[in-house]
Amino acid sequence: MISIDPDVIKELADKGLRIDRRAFDEYRPIKIETGIIEKAEGSAKVELGGTKVIAGVKMEVGEPFPDSPDEGVLITNAEFLAFAHQEFEEGPPNEDSIELARVVDRAIRESKAINFKKLCIEEGKKVWIIFIDIDILDHDGNLIDAASLAAIAALLNAKFPKLEIVEEGDEKKYTIDYEQKTDPLPIEQRPITITAAKINGKILLDPNIAEESAVEGEISMGVTDNMIASIQKSSPGGFSIEEINHIAEISLKKAAEIRGLLK
Amino acid sequence: MGKVIKMEQKLIVDGKRLDGRALDQLRPIEARAGVLKNANGSAYFRIGKTIAVAGIFGPREVHPKHMEEAETAILRCKYNMASFSTTERNRPGPSRRSKEISKVMREALMPVLFLENFPKSAIDLHVEILQADASTRCAAINAASIALADAGIPMRDLIASCSVGIVEGHIVLDVAGKEDTEGDVDLPIAYYPKRDLITLLQMDGMVTKEQLKQLLELAKKGAMKIYEIQRQALKSKYMEE
Amino acid sequence: MILLNSREIIGGLNMAERELVIPGDLLGEGIAGSGTYMENGKIYASVLGLAERKDKLIFVIPLNGIYSPKTGDGVIGKIEDVAFSHWIVNINSPYFGVLPLNEAVTDFVDLTKTDLTKYFNYDDIIFAKISNVTKTKSVQLTMKDRKCRKLYGGRLIKITPAKVPRVIGKGGSMVEMIKKYTGCQIVVGQNGIVWIKGEKEDLAIEAIQCIEEKSHTTGLTDKIKEMLENGEGDKNGTKANS
Repeated sequence: MISIDPDVIKELADKGLRIDRRAFDEYRPIKIETGIIEKAEGSAKVELGGTKVIAGVKMEVGEPFPDSPDEGVLITNAEFLAFAHQEFEEGPPNEDSIELARVVDRAIRESKAINFKKLCIEEGKKVWIIFIDIDILDHDGNLIDAASLAAIAALLNAKFPKLEIVEEGDEKKYTIDYEQKTDPLPIEQRPITITAAKINGKILLDPNIAEESAVEGEISMGVTDNMIASIQKSSPGGFSIEEINHIAEISLKKAAEIRGLLK
Repeated sequence: MGKVIKMEQKLIVDGKRLDGRALDQLRPIEARAGVLKNANGSAYFRIGKTIAVAGIFGPREVHPKHMEEAETAILRCKYNMASFSTTERNRPGPSRRSKEISKVMREALMPVLFLENFPKSAIDLHVEILQADASTRCAAINAASIALADAGIPMRDLIASCSVGIVEGHIVLDVAGKEDTEGDVDLPIAYYPKRDLITLLQMDGMVTKEQLKQLLELAKKGAMKIYEIQRQALKSKYMEE
Repeated sequence: MILLNSREIIGGLNMAERELVIPGDLLGEGIAGSGTYMENGKIYASVLGLAERKDKLIFVIPLNGIYSPKTGDGVIGKIEDVAFSHWIVNINSPYFGVLPLNEAVTDFVDLTKTDLTKYFNYDDIIFAKISNVTKTKSVQLTMKDRKCRKLYGGRLIKITPAKVPRVIGKGGSMVEMIKKYTGCQIVVGQNGIVWIKGEKEDLAIEAIQCIEEKSHTTGLTDKIKEMLENGEGDKNGTKANS
């Protein structure tokens, strides 16, 4: 596989061009499929250009955190599968996959997309735990946006499994029947993450893998309709305050378009 | 089953914060360069109760060799919180959070280093948080910058870092203690003064575009104050005699 | 951009004339020497050190830093590996030196019969010259200089390479003074390794360590002279604890 010289990408950017002829604020074609993993409580597959990601939602019953006894729990994890890219290795999550999981989690959590209070089963004792697991199947750039989109699509697709509570004397026994699905999860916001890259001083959205080798920094913003809920700057490099404000502006706009793709 | 009644304590009263600071005031800072004997460069940075110590070896040979880059030095950063640094003991070993911070810290520092001067070598930076009272990654970056200069590693500038946030609707500088756990927004930055660039930017919370503008401007002001303190720390080491 | 080596110029210049600078400090306009960088036509300090101006040349003498091999430098190294037709030498740098057989030995050597350890063995200490440094930091050494030789016995100490010029002094004045008072042979490698052998090795080491700690202060020559004149030196006293 021949990789494209970063200098070519930079020269094109300087001329206002991109290697795949997109506009600076244009995303690659997005395809979202939901409910593809029947055994998961919710699932979604997102294709963003050549990037392919699957997010699965699994639910368990467990104890709440001591400082939030009436709230459910969200745990987000990401796996960069070894076949997704020549340079991905088998093994425990590395800093990139940890960062991705935390950035996806941040947008969902800070935007209050999930109503955690509605996940309470018995205050102080039992709450629903939502696991969002993201599998990166194919890396063609901008994994964060694809993963974020898959995560929110999977949450919107997810339904509670049937919970049976049997009282045995003083104790309660909780059994989950995963085969039966009940209500949708209490999802109250649709955060979308938009990633902007700086290449040769120019700001462009949705960098593909070739473009990522030429970036001087990337900023991902998790946004709702009119608020920014999370920000992560990644890759070495820096942005001026002016550039950051501009990115906030275009991210809010673009997110509205992409949000429209979610059912 | 009794319910716990939370005492509603306001974090900001009459423009003053719990620790008496004004909204745009930094906590007291102490910074020193060259605090460790063996490390090639080192620094101590304390802001309020948050304490960071940074130590650097390098540029030196890369082990394992397969990690070396033919044309530049690699910067390896580890941010770690001491087990005794937090109110409740913190289990030893890297957490997902500390791995993320190690990454963004490295990416914040790389732009000022002349890594291309030392191909096939490694600069190994370790920052230990000895006491954590919010904005620890900022203290870590501040200590790291001083340590890098102390080590004699060629750099274009120092990197200064601080946090801003929104607490009870007010925009504040240098988030501390309860402002971190109970505040609405926490936004740490790292700043490269010579080029007026932000090299670390993260945010938890909900802000409008306008609030983001204000937060960034305040953060830059705070970073510039810290920058002067970092410079003083380096000069003091040699002016003491 | 011409990068001139500041080491040839310093040594005895008055420390008080120099300004302590931090990376990023604006130094002015001119020719960017070592320890500086140029941006938008202006020269800035790139290392923590003492800024100096000589006509149009602006440079910074670093107060710290590892050794970066330079062609022409005399270095003290340790044989780390013996290969078929060359030796690998540790020169206190992230880059090791390569000493080819023909740069070390003038006799004809039959490699099928001779083991190179006959000339230099593992852990041998040598004083060599750097004959070439490539852009990718491959360092070639040579022993073909009258000062180059194997160093037997004695003691080795490591100092900050940036402080070497102060240990040598203007025209070698500082090191000669130490040699005289301690009755020692002293070889100072540009790479921060110093070899000492003779009567009062401890005193020589203390003097050198004192220079390293106080290299940025004034009146250093007098301080060291006083210390040497006091003889044995206080093993606990003059060396400051870090």
